[in-house]
This record gives sequence, C-alpha cells and structure tokens, in this order.
Amino acid sequence: MDLFEWQAKELFAKYGVPTTRQVVVTSADQVRAAADQLGGGPVMVKAQVKTGGRGKAGGVKFAPTTDDAVEKAEAIFGMDIKGHTVTTILISEAADIGTEYYFSFLLDRGNRSYLAMCSAEGGMEIEELAVERPDALARVPVDPVAGVDSAKAMEIATAGNIPEPVRDQAAAVIESLWKVFVGEEATLVEVNPLVRTPDDQILALDGKVTLDDNAAFRHAEVHDAYRDISATDPLEVRAKELHLNYVKLDGEVGIIGNGAGLVMSTLDVVAYAGEAEGGVRPANFLDIGGGASAEVMANGLDVILSDPSVRAVLVNVFGGITSCDAVANGIVQALSLLEERGERVDKPLVVRLDGNNADEGRRILTEAAHPLVEQVDTMDGAAQRVAHLAHGGGAA
Amino acid sequence: MAIWLTKDSRVIVQGITGSEGTKHTRRMVASGTNVVGGVNARKAGSDVDGIPVFASVAEAMAETGADVSVGFVPPPFARDAALEAIDAEIPLLVVITEGVPVQDTAYFFAYARERGTTRIVGPNCPGLISPGQSNAGIIPADISGGGRIGLVSKSGTLTYQMMYELRDVGFSTAVGIGGDPVIGTTHIDCLAAFQADPDTDAIVMIGEIGGDAEERAAEFIQANVTKPVVGYVAGFTAPEGKTMGHAGAIVSGSSGTAAAKAEALQAVGVQVGKTPSETARLMAEIVRG
Repeated sequence: MDLFEWQAKELFAKYGVPTTRQVVVTSADQVRAAADQLGGGPVMVKAQVKTGGRGKAGGVKFAPTTDDAVEKAEAIFGMDIKGHTVTTILISEAADIGTEYYFSFLLDRGNRSYLAMCSAEGGMEIEELAVERPDALARVPVDPVAGVDSAKAMEIATAGNIPEPVRDQAAAVIESLWKVFVGEEATLVEVNPLVRTPDDQILALDGKVTLDDNAAFRHAEVHDAYRDISATDPLEVRAKELHLNYVKLDGEVGIIGNGAGLVMSTLDVVAYAGEAEGGVRPANFLDIGGGASAEVMANGLDVILSDPSVRAVLVNVFGGITSCDAVANGIVQALSLLEERGERVDKPLVVRLDGNNADEGRRILTEAAHPLVEQVDTMDGAAQRVAHLAHGGGAA
Repeated sequence: MAIWLTKDSRVIVQGITGSEGTKHTRRMVASGTNVVGGVNARKAGSDVDGIPVFASVAEAMAETGADVSVGFVPPPFARDAALEAIDAEIPLLVVITEGVPVQDTAYFFAYARERGTTRIVGPNCPGLISPGQSNAGIIPADISGGGRIGLVSKSGTLTYQMMYELRDVGFSTAVGIGGDPVIGTTHIDCLAAFQADPDTDAIVMIGEIGGDAEERAAEFIQANVTKPVVGYVAGFTAPEGKTMGHAGAIVSGSSGTAAAKAEALQAVGVQVGKTPSETARLMAEIVRG
C-alpha cells in the first residue's frame, strides 16, 4: 500500500524523525483554521496525490500569509494531477531550506536485500538524479539480518557526501528512518527532500512510504487507518469485501480464473484474440484461487456481471489441486444462486476446463445445458470465442 | 538425474499436522515421494498416517536422514520455521506458504545465504517435482510424467498448464519458484542447474510482470546456457501500479513490464510464445527436432 505524504510524515513523527508540523484539510474553508493552528506564519500548501511530479503540475505552493494559503488551496482543490483529482491538501509549516538532500531505504528485489540510497544533491526526482548525476547518488546495500545501527547510518551519510557539519545529525535521522522501515514493515521509505536548514537542522520535508500488504496482520491499526477507499473502484471495494482477488480494468471481457499467473495469462490471451475482434480487451483480473467453491464462483460472477462494461465472460480454469467437477458444479450452482438472488444473468459465459477431472466437469456443464454457457476445450480457442461474443458475435 | 530433487530425496513436512500439511503430505506420498517425517513441536511423538512427527527439524533430520523440508506453516510463523530449518542445515527448504511478509523472507533468505548450507525455494510457490521420482510441494503429480524438459516458473497454475501441454514429452524437474518480490531460488539458479543437469535437454522459462528477474535471466542465458530455452511472460495487459494476485506481480512506473521482459529474452535468442499453448508448441518442436 502506497501512503500519502501526510501519512508518511505522521509515521516519521512517530519514530522521532524531525519533520514539519502539519494539518490535513479536505476543503478550502478548513485552511484558515489549519494555518492558525500552525501559528499563522508562512505555510506550504501541498496536494495529496499518490503520484510524482506534483510540484511541476502546480500542486505544491508556498504561501507567505494565511490569506494566500486559502487562495492557493482553492486553486489546488479539484486539480487533476496525472489522472489523480486533488481532494486532500496538506498544510505544513514552511521551513527555511538551506540545502536539499535525497534519502531512501527500499527493498532491492534483484539482490533480495535492502538498499539505502543517499545523495547530497536532492530536490529533483530520483529517476532524474540517477540518470543525470549517477555518481552523486550513493547506493549502499543493507543486510536484512544486520540492519542499520549508528555506524551503518554514518557509513550511508558519508557515502552520500552529506557535509561534515550535519553528518552526525543526518546519520541519526537515517537511523530513525530505518526504524520506520522495519517498524512498519515498509518496502520503501523515501525522503525527498531531506533538508538542511540555515541553522543546521535536518528535516524530512516530504515522505513517500510503501507498506507491505502481506504484513498487514501485524499492523492492522495503521493499515486500516491509512487505507484509501475513496480512490478505489467501487467494484474493487465490493470484491475486497467478498475476499476476492479482483482488479478492475477497462475492457469488455469479464475474466475468472484460478491462480494469479494463469489469470494474468488469460487477460493477455483475450487481448491478443481481441485484436481481431474490434480490439475488445479484458474487463478485469479475478483469481478465485485454489478452492473455487460454488459460493466463491457465485460471488465472482456476481461482481463481474454487475460491471456494466462487461459483454461476455470467460471462465478459464486449470484444475491442479482443484477438481474440475467441483468447478463445474460451482458454475451451475452460482448461476442458479444469482437467479435466486434476483440478479439478471444475461451475458454469455465461455468456459474452458482442463486438468484434474476435466471430463467430468465438462459433462456436468453439458448436462446442465444452461443457455448462456458454452464450452471450448482450449485456452486459446476459448479466448477467441469470448472475444468474438464480446464484439457482438452470435452463436457459432 | 533431475535437479535438487531425486528418487533418493528424503522429505519432511513442517506443519504436517495442519489441514493443508496433512492433505499435501498424503498427495506427496501417493505420488511416490519418500516422506520420512513431519515437524510440530507440540505434537512430537504422534504420527500422521504412520509418518512420525518430530519436535524440530534438527531432530527429524537426525532420526530420518531427511534432506528436504517442505513448509506449510502459516505466515505469522513461517519465518521462525524457516530459521529452524536453516539452523538445522537442511539442504533444501521449500516454503509453500503464501502471504509471508517480505521482510521476514528477506531476513531468512539473508540468514540462509550467510550460512550457505540451505537452498530455499519459495515462498508463495507450488514447490518442485521430478516426475516419477519425488514431489516436494503441491504440484499435481498426475499431470505429466518424467522426461527431458526442465521447467521454471513464477506461477503455480501456469506450471500446471505448461506441464499439461507438454505431457507427451515429459519433464526432468519442474520448479515453481513463487510469485513474491523476494524468493529463495531464482530463474537464474534454475537455468544454471538445468544447464548442468545431464538429464535435461531443453528449458521452458515462465515469467511475469514485476522486478527484473527475467531481464537478468536473459543476460545469464546469453553468457551461460547452451541448451535451448523457450520463454513465456504473463501480464502484458496488467496496468501500472496494480498488484496482480501475486505480491511481486506489479508494474512500477516503466519497470517490470511484460514487454520489456519478452524483448530481453528475444534479444538473446530465446523464442517467446504469445500464449502458453504457442510456447508449448515451440518447445515440442525443439524437442522433437
């Protein structure tokens, strides 16, 4: 889960990382009170969106007075930044910026370890820095067992060329940021800029944190509090409530399958088949996992059929552990369950079953003879058929 | 021969008394695997279908000569279970568990790397099978028999699909390396082992979006692999920034895309199929000449 800046800075404060005081507002009429709460001095008005390049888009402004802050906030609310609409603004104390540094801890997948990145030349996007001034960006491997102690933090600050007068302080901040990284089980903790003020304070002026979803069970409070439901597609919210692994996409073919890899592959094969069918594309990712009970199948079909952009559905199952007769029964029961619930089932379903007990599964579907269900034996054939149906094609 | 897992492998199951552990132990046994014991500290001295349950991995190894452990321990306890197996110096540890926090995996992987005595496969993987010899994990043993293709895949169901498509040719070993951001055994580890295995003639490599493991594998193939390799990459249609089922399957910005991975493989002469079936056909053509 990616966090907003205000959430990242809240976590920083929790671990003693020096940062600026802040108030979050969701409408322009809250800005005056927020600025007053921060002492009435100059503030930063910062759009809260989970994407880079806010500054360039005009979503981050300095406001010397409270009146100015209100005006700037009014302009920023509703702004579209790379497809993200600004609904939340962070009002934070403006700090005197002397020099800008860059710092991050991140999961290094390739080396199956962690990496600290540090540079005395901050202020620009890290991707630019890495390309334009690669020598100025120190990359220091961090061993997951040894972690970061004060000596390691000093090594990182030194490698990043943080100047002598504030190096001790920067190292102390790095050590605290490490505590954020492990304490909250993050896969990314980034501070850009980390600033040195004219009076030699080190401050985290911005923050980007990604938390590990798999670790949510150990951090339920933080994950629940920071989950951003408003930005999530309503179908995704509903699927999540039903414990389905679902991602909404922008096409016309509903997809249900078992196993993440097979479902991803199914999306691709449908998009590939769709090239010859008016460019129809997958409408979603839905992995029903190993179990595939009638109820899970019903819930999955329910979510997919309630998506108005879906014109046809492909159920693609390879029975590994799961037996295909159970899947076939699941489909049959799901359809009658949906009809009992009063849902309209009027979109064609193409079903491809293979693997464990596929013959029996196919027999069950043939016998049920549901008018909307047709079977195709191969994955590629099923994808072509469902793409054809979604494109408005009739019976074969 | 096959890689890492042979008919001589002696397998124990961590979490053998849990429902998943028991179910898959039975399946492993039914497919001819020599399961010599299980581990559960609270149920030591009992048995599952006559398979003795030991208090620790170390004890199980001392009593049975086990050299492979398959872990079905739930996520909150997966790290400690792995550390126990690594401390006992088990040569091969297969972590089936899905949902292990990535910092736990990073920790036990680093711990194992330092000691240098345990290879880890997984987590979040179906394990590995050398058909007709041994089966360490949850890959159904009846999909395909033995043969001379090596298979490495991030995905479980795509492993099954590919084994099914190539069941007439057969496999030396199929390894499901798992879909997490940090995994113990990579495509490269498997490519190296298959290259060295006299009983493997050709390799199918299945990748998916996220990270740069496939790009690294392509470089490795160019420098080190002389056996024919056919590839498949899933996730061309995956949108940026969304996790597609597997914790590691995410396109971040412009990195980790399926297109980049397929291109990297093609650039070093690997044939890449557009669909799993086409990939299987490419491999079948190579094997049959």
